[in-house]
Formats: sequence, structure tokens, C-alpha cells
Amino acid sequence: MKRTALFLVLALLFPLAMQAMDQLFYVSFASRVLIYAIAATSLNLVLGYGGMISFGHAAFVGTGAYVASILIAEGASSAWIGWPAALAASALLAWIIGAISLRTRGVYFIMITLAFAQMMFYLVNSMKAYGGDEGLSLPRRAELGLGLDLGNEVVFYYVVLAILAATLYGLRRLIQSRFGRVVLAIRENEARVEAIGLPVYRYQLVCFVIAGAVGGLAGALLASHGKYVNPNVLHWVQSGTLMIMVILGGVGHLWGGVIGAAALLLLEHLIADYPIAWLAQLAPNYQQHANLGVGIVLLLVVLYAPQGIAGLLARRARARA
Amino acid sequence: MRRRESRGFSPEGPVLELRKVSKRFGGVVATDDVSLDVSAGEVHALIGPNGAGKTTLIGQISGSVPSDSGTIVFAGADVTRKKQHERVGAGLARSYQITSIFRRFTVLDNLALAVQARSGSSFSFWRPVAREAALFDEARAIADEIGLSRKLDFPGATLAHGEQRALEVGLALATLPKLLLLDEPMAGMGPEESQRMIELIGRVRLRATVLLVEHDMDAVFRLADRITVLLNGRVLATGAPETIRADMQVRRAYLGDGLAA
Repeated sequence: MKRTALFLVLALLFPLAMQAMDQLFYVSFASRVLIYAIAATSLNLVLGYGGMISFGHAAFVGTGAYVASILIAEGASSAWIGWPAALAASALLAWIIGAISLRTRGVYFIMITLAFAQMMFYLVNSMKAYGGDEGLSLPRRAELGLGLDLGNEVVFYYVVLAILAATLYGLRRLIQSRFGRVVLAIRENEARVEAIGLPVYRYQLVCFVIAGAVGGLAGALLASHGKYVNPNVLHWVQSGTLMIMVILGGVGHLWGGVIGAAALLLLEHLIADYPIAWLAQLAPNYQQHANLGVGIVLLLVVLYAPQGIAGLLARRARARA
Repeated sequence: MRRRESRGFSPEGPVLELRKVSKRFGGVVATDDVSLDVSAGEVHALIGPNGAGKTTLIGQISGSVPSDSGTIVFAGADVTRKKQHERVGAGLARSYQITSIFRRFTVLDNLALAVQARSGSSFSFWRPVAREAALFDEARAIADEIGLSRKLDFPGATLAHGEQRALEVGLALATLPKLLLLDEPMAGMGPEESQRMIELIGRVRLRATVLLVEHDMDAVFRLADRITVLLNGRVLATGAPETIRADMQVRRAYLGDGLAA
């Protein structure tokens, strides 16, 4: 509770401080972190709480991003149309992909979700009307009305923050609900859930659809944020990035997606923008290989903190108590 | 738990009828034309050496193992093609030979989940389960019955073997079965734990029919109203315990040991 309040206060004050220091770039960067936090949190529902190793979450983020972008490009720039449309399209896609892939298990499930996402990647690549492989630039961000100009970095930040807060609260409610208990139980012991009379497949599918829908909303935000979308948002590397965020932050921890998104994007930013002199002497263009640094950190986390950063924090909190 | 209202079935006549039920795994015949009636209210024991097909048959009855041929009629309805969760909903629950519980859930949460499974929809996404007092009251009553009321807040993984076996049975009980399939409930138990399990089954039989797979012959002869002997996937004999006992002694004398394994 204390930590949640602290996070909220810091998150609320952050753009004001940056504004005062005339560092709006960091407000925009933070918005990006928050959007990825929403996407990673939605993946965490499937991956962490549901125990379904989905390697195709980018399909939902990307579909949401493209649906919202196409609507803006076609002149329907109201967020009240674009965002629900992104949500619905991703939910529908998740329903189709889930209905097929959830009939498989283990490595087959991983491969089928990956294959579906790659199919979407190639499909979008071939949509010449909307930029094909060059992507689609948007004239403006989505329009929210209510006197809120999303073109303003600070306003956009607060709207994204509100959506992230709603996502986290919703996830918490979900996990403690009847449905959430069943999802957790399936992760524990699928056969037993069936044996006490619950249709495992249906619960997994609904869980998959909810996560896909929220991922789609994150995609819509991502497209508005950069006023640009390209097929890479659907590429399997994007799915991998979201997985890394969840693993880094904490699989099956409420804050796992948030912490992981912040940690990964900050790490990438630090490696790329703050050269280390002695390392540069040793390996002149090491900054172009930021992923190597990320890989090493990920390796350390998996080996020494399998519960991710959130798990480490929780352990420290328990030790102090 | 105390309620048995909508679980009515005629006290006479079979609650479960198997007709020529078979299952093959590749070239291996696990069950072969098994026909069997389980009468309402009885404890029916299923015995036979390892590999006789007992666990496969339990899987076929419960619905986790699809049958190759034959029909399974439960409480008057053909359930041969029904999924496992549908059969559980109709009142057909099982326990496992190898303990299958929710290891990271507490005892109370284990049982509450099983109660939740048969009371109302679980497609409820917002209201915290913790506020549903009725679920937990029922779960506590079951914990009491299986002797785990002092372990309510212990995760399943931390329980002693005998306690896990009791929880295993408790999960099946929580679904309010008409017919309870118990697959070696005393597996790996010491004499004291076995004794408690025998007492528990003795209480359970007052409100559910029991099909019991068990190697502990002492328990079988104390509990069973009828016994079916399975050998190489086929029914060798069905009858009252005295008849089977006499039969077994005869076979052992003439054909060598192998049945009472």
C-alpha cells in the first residue's frame, strides 16, 4: 500500500518536475515506459498468472496500433472511436488465435502463438494502402475531447498514467475474483481443475482474450504516442521484448510488467545515450550492441532472481517486516 | 456439505453401468470389454494386480481417458462422450492415485475452489472471492470432515503425505458427488493414516456411492459391499467379499499368487 502510494505520488509529480526543468523529452520517454508497462502487464496476465507461454503478444499490441492508426489516417481521430476499436479488434484476434492455439500445450503453444503473430506481421507488411513496410505516419494523435489535448506531452502522460492505473487495479480485482482463482489454479494443476468440474479451455480462452484486448489498447496508445506505426510493432522481436519485460519485472507479480518495462527501457536508454569511456576504448561501438547488455542483465535476473525485480523487492520487504 | 438435496437418485438400481468398455494404448490393451454395475449406495471395490487396468478404467469413467468402445451410463444418462467437467457437474468425482492438489494454495483455498466450481458461475471478474463467506464456510466444513481443520492456512505443498491424501479426497468430496471414484486413497500411508482414511470413507459412504480402487486388502474387506477383480483389463469376477475371498484363495492355491498384489 505504502509503495503504491509512493509510486503514485512520484508518477504524478514527475511531469511537473520535468516541466520546471524544461525537460519535456523525459515526459515523452516516461509515457512510452507507461505504455509498455500496460502492454507488459497484459502479457503478465497470460504468461505470469495464467501460465500460458504466449510468444505472440505483439500481434495484439500491433493490431491495436494499426486499427487506431488507420482510423486516424482515415479521419476518425476521436479516441472514443479508435481506442475501443483497437480493444475490440485485438480481442477478436485473441479469440481466434486463442481458440486454436489453446488446444495445444508446451512448446507447440509457444510456436503456434509465434506463428500467428508472424502471419499478422507479414499481412501488415503487405498493406500497401497503409504504408506497407514503410509504416504509417499520422497527422496527429487521437483526440480525446473533454478539453484534454493529447498533443500536449504532459496531458498525454497523465492520460496514459490513468489507463495504466486502471489496468493495474483491474488486474488486481481480476486475480482476486472467482475467475482469477480459477486461472491461478489452472497454472497450478490443470488436470485437477478439470476434475473439480471446471472447463479449463474456456477459462484460458477468456483470460487470453482479456490480455489481448488490453494489449490492443496499449498498441493504440503507442501509435498515438509516436504518431507513427510500422510493421515492426508486430514483429516477433516485439513479442520477445514484452516477454523480457515480464521476466525482468516479475512473472505473476502485479507490478512485474511496470517494473520490467521501466527497467528495460531505462537500461536501453542508458546504454545508448550515456557512453562509458573505458568501455568505449575497449569496444568502440559497443553502444550499437545494447542488446548484449540487456541480455547479460536478463541472464543474471533469471539465474539469481527468478521472481524478477518485483520478487526481489517483495523478499526485502518481508525480511524487514 | 451437509446438504444433499438435489442429489436424489433411486436407492436401488445401478448408479453407474459400464457396458463392454475398452481402451487400447497403441498395441497395449488396458481395458478389454469391461462390463460392470455399481449400485447406488454401495462401496464397490476394484482390485487386481498392477497393470490390470484399474486406473485406466477410473480415467474412462471420470472422462479424462476417452474410451475406444463401449458405453458408460451414469445416473441414467449416457455420458460416454461427455467431457470430464460435465461428468463432474452431473455428480461424478474422482481422486487420484498420485496426489493432485493445488500445492501453492492453502488447504482452505483448495477446498473453497472446489466448492466454487459447483456453486454458481466462475465467470465473475470483479468481486473478490474472499467476500463470499458461504464458500469458505462450506470449505471449512469439509476440512473438518477430512481432519484438516487445524491446517486451513497451510499451503498444500507443506502438508504431510497423509494430510495431502486427505485433501485429495476432500477436493472430490467438495464437488458433492453422487459417485466418488477413489483411486488408491491409502497409497503410501502408514497404518494410522490408513485407519483414518477408512473411517473417512465409512462416513462418506453415507451420502455417496463409492468405487474404490485399493491394494490394501484389509481396507477393501472392511469397506466393500461388493468387489470386482480386474486382470489384464478384463473382469475376472464380481461378487460379495466372502465369495471373492474364497475365490482368491482357490486361485492362489491352484494358479499361484498374483491377484492380491
